Amino acid sequence: MTCPNTPSAYPFSFHCKRALLTIACSTLGFVSICASADEVTVPNTIHWTIPFGVGGGTDVWARFFAPWMSENIAGNPTLVIDNVPGGGSINGSNLFAMRAQHDGSQWIGTSASTQYPAMLEDRRVRYDYTDWAPILATPTGGVVYAQPNLGSDADAILKAMSEGRVKFAVQSHTGLELPVLIALDLLGADVQAVSGMRSRGEGRLAFERGEADIDFQTTSAYFSSVEPLVESGRAIPLFSLGVLNDEGEIVRDPAFAELPTFLEVYERLNGDAPEGPAYDAFRKFFASGFTLQKMILVPSDTPTALIEEYREAARRFVDTEAFESAAEAQLGPYTPVVGDVVEQHLQEAMSLSDETRQWLTEWLREQHGARI
Amino acid sequence: MLEVIFSSLGQLFTASHLFYMMVGVLIGLVVGIIPGLGGIAGMSLLLPFLYGMEPSVALGMLMGLVAVIPTGDTFASVLLGIPGSSASQATVVDGFSLAKKGQAARALSSAFLSSLIGGLMGALVLTAFILVARPIVLSFSSSELFMLTLLGLSMVAVLSGKDLFKGLVACGFGLLVGTIGMAPATGEFRLPFEVDYLYDGLPLVVVGLGIFALPEIIDLLVKRGSIAEQSCELGKGWQQGMKDVVRQPGLVARCAGIGSLMGTIPGLAGSVVDWLTYGHAVQSAKDKSQFGKGDIRGVIAPESANNACACGAMVPTLLFGIPGSGTAAVFLGGLLLLGLQPGVSMLETNLDLTYTIIWSLALANILGAALCLGLAKPVASLTRVPFVILAPIITILILFAAYQATRSLGDLFALGAIGVLGVLFKQANWSRPAFLIGFVLAPGAEAYFYQAAQFQGTEAFIRPGVIIIGLMIAATLIIPALRRYLSSRRYGNSAHTSNADLLSLGTIDVILMSGMLAVAFYTWVAFSELSLLGGIMPRLAIAIIVIACIIEICRTVSRPTRWLAQPCRQAAMWVTGFFLLIGSIMLLGFVITAAIFCLIFLLLIARAKPLVAVGITASITLFLIGMANLLTLTYPTGILASL
Repeated sequence: MTCPNTPSAYPFSFHCKRALLTIACSTLGFVSICASADEVTVPNTIHWTIPFGVGGGTDVWARFFAPWMSENIAGNPTLVIDNVPGGGSINGSNLFAMRAQHDGSQWIGTSASTQYPAMLEDRRVRYDYTDWAPILATPTGGVVYAQPNLGSDADAILKAMSEGRVKFAVQSHTGLELPVLIALDLLGADVQAVSGMRSRGEGRLAFERGEADIDFQTTSAYFSSVEPLVESGRAIPLFSLGVLNDEGEIVRDPAFAELPTFLEVYERLNGDAPEGPAYDAFRKFFASGFTLQKMILVPSDTPTALIEEYREAARRFVDTEAFESAAEAQLGPYTPVVGDVVEQHLQEAMSLSDETRQWLTEWLREQHGARI
Repeated sequence: MLEVIFSSLGQLFTASHLFYMMVGVLIGLVVGIIPGLGGIAGMSLLLPFLYGMEPSVALGMLMGLVAVIPTGDTFASVLLGIPGSSASQATVVDGFSLAKKGQAARALSSAFLSSLIGGLMGALVLTAFILVARPIVLSFSSSELFMLTLLGLSMVAVLSGKDLFKGLVACGFGLLVGTIGMAPATGEFRLPFEVDYLYDGLPLVVVGLGIFALPEIIDLLVKRGSIAEQSCELGKGWQQGMKDVVRQPGLVARCAGIGSLMGTIPGLAGSVVDWLTYGHAVQSAKDKSQFGKGDIRGVIAPESANNACACGAMVPTLLFGIPGSGTAAVFLGGLLLLGLQPGVSMLETNLDLTYTIIWSLALANILGAALCLGLAKPVASLTRVPFVILAPIITILILFAAYQATRSLGDLFALGAIGVLGVLFKQANWSRPAFLIGFVLAPGAEAYFYQAAQFQGTEAFIRPGVIIIGLMIAATLIIPALRRYLSSRRYGNSAHTSNADLLSLGTIDVILMSGMLAVAFYTWVAFSELSLLGGIMPRLAIAIIVIACIIEICRTVSRPTRWLAQPCRQAAMWVTGFFLLIGSIMLLGFVITAAIFCLIFLLLIARAKPLVAVGITASITLFLIGMANLLTLTYPTGILASL
């Protein structure tokens, strides 16, 4: 079955990591892994569908996780990454929903651009998150920043944004930037969203060229590409989106402890917390696009023991120091969420009420001329 | 600074670095040579081994791969007329014509030497340029990018020659096909037939294969014989090709320069550079008559540009994290897996790695070109094999290549549909490059125009960069017309009476023009619900088709026209056969169909010896199964298998 030359076969080539992992495993109880191997039959090979192209964000994310998962699941199965790009991840997810086997040998890795079309009831979507059980999710945060010519500090810029139009380069109006657009709207900013960027990076380039007045980047891209701009005075950070804690409250992002969150800024400007369909939409898209930005899922009728084994495998490494230091560059200072916690967040995030969806449709059409 | 440059050079010549780079080069050559596989497939072969590797060694391996792919894919372009990747489409035009003249070895050795020089120049430019590139890259805003797409489109005029209006119709049709998919401004879908496959638009690889490769196969089957119509000594051609490059130092240098600079501009890069430089070669040549029929300059120009472009594409990838091409996108993924973040840090804390990348590029270019030069002579003898033997192999290869685009059956149907267009274009002598240029540039032209208008408003068109590129476009369009006018005045009207200058018309011309008008009408109606912003580009394309068609019709009606016999019955038969093949794939699955088709074709049509036929069939089948294992591919299994 397993060809030793399969390109995406992981179990070798991690010389130094393996040593660290063995130590980590033994401290966590290597015995328990062996014991659980008797109870469930883990497939020899797991095909992990990534509905994005090779080298993209989600692909790199999956390739980073593959060896960690493989080493920690009983029997060390071979993880084969199967890229099925197209339709902004909709094609691959549709295929997975249609074809995936329920014996635990098939996983899918999804991202915000898989979650959003499902929430917006895009007519191309033929997958349903309620058919899938989450194993693990990784969160991310993000920061909105602006050109210094709008004002000398964040407050002055926020004021200027409510008085004059500012331009913001986005991939599409319903892409990862959607909650950011809603947040800016709640703050009273007059934003012109120019769509058609092929990546968040292209949006940043438009900002650096001076074409866009404001921009937004997720945590890792912010550290590598925006912080140098901030240091040299070519960008001013306004607010972070924050992170969702276990109680479901939005709190300061550990990566940007010194930056206020969008909620804090809103409360300072308006006196109380935001509410209504706009805020509801913000929360849902923030939760599914940022708190659960990337997820490992399996069909929910996979044997429960196997799902538990996969979740247990994730729990075995997410808190280890070895993983944290390796993950710093890939995921930022966030700890992956595992199992039931993801399931709760996921159900809450994906259920968009008809009222909110109706508001969103009208808002997108009136404010941004975009049709869903 | 110099210290860093030389210390990273020293690192390059350590045993482990050289070894891994050689691995990269060899994999790059193999995936480059197999049509349809390119940088993306190669990178995905290497990525699994990357995590945990020493960054400088891993980068050497990746760069070995990136550098040689535009070299290796020349084999397919020249020998088989299959555009190996988007960077070598222009090479097909004259390279394959040369192969048909029996000068494959000459074309190949020219191409490899130009690639070598182009790659080295690209690396050299990169060494200095990467330090100052930031402000220059940032000075190209959306409006300049839009003008660059226009410059690319103006090459249609250069390439169409006296059949300007047919070229414009072809280009307009390319633009129209290129707008299929999502409108960048509004997110609306422009799907002429509500087919799911078209949501992302047609893949470039499929269009390239359909428009160039399929018509050539059919043409060769109709004519019989081998690819090389005239025999020629391979050895002599090999030396001749080297001399050709040496005789054109200016052209090589200019094209390598254009290539490396265009590569640094994010978002455009590979797709236009080969046609821009090809157009440049045509424009700067005194005798243009042989272009398209086998002019060696038509090979030298794009080949010196595409390797340089691969070097240039490293600038936006390393400095801004914005990949300039598909390969660069995967390379970027590799960087992230190694824990390296692109950005300013690549010039500060990681400058040594940046120079390792540049040096590896240069060295890999030398290694790759040397290997290819060595292979050129034996491989060129393929062109002397009777084509009927090669035909089934190439057909399977093309189907395999097209299927790599999105890995769905839609790829095969799209290939067939574009193939029909390609056959008609070839038989009626319409410009296939014009169609392809329109197709390639449509999304860029639309997105950048929209962005320029939104970001900059009317100011977009008075920026200095815009005006400079605008003048270049004007020069491209006006100077040749002016020259022609002057020369016709000098020589009087005597040239006009010759038979070759008469307008000609044939059955296929009529079919094509009425077909285009019908398609234009249908899409106009089908797209009537689009909003103003979402529908402006397809409507513009339709307008170009209709207006150019009308002018062409008026021209043929008002002037003396020669009726041209354009036989197409035999070609139609082969096209039908091709669609039957696709039908059989749907029914029986890909691998089984490939094996049966290959065997039957070789036995009955090629009349090969049974042993030879079985041998070829077995190797093709093994190749397909091996590829499936290596690339985690799932072929279409067919309806019968699922019953």
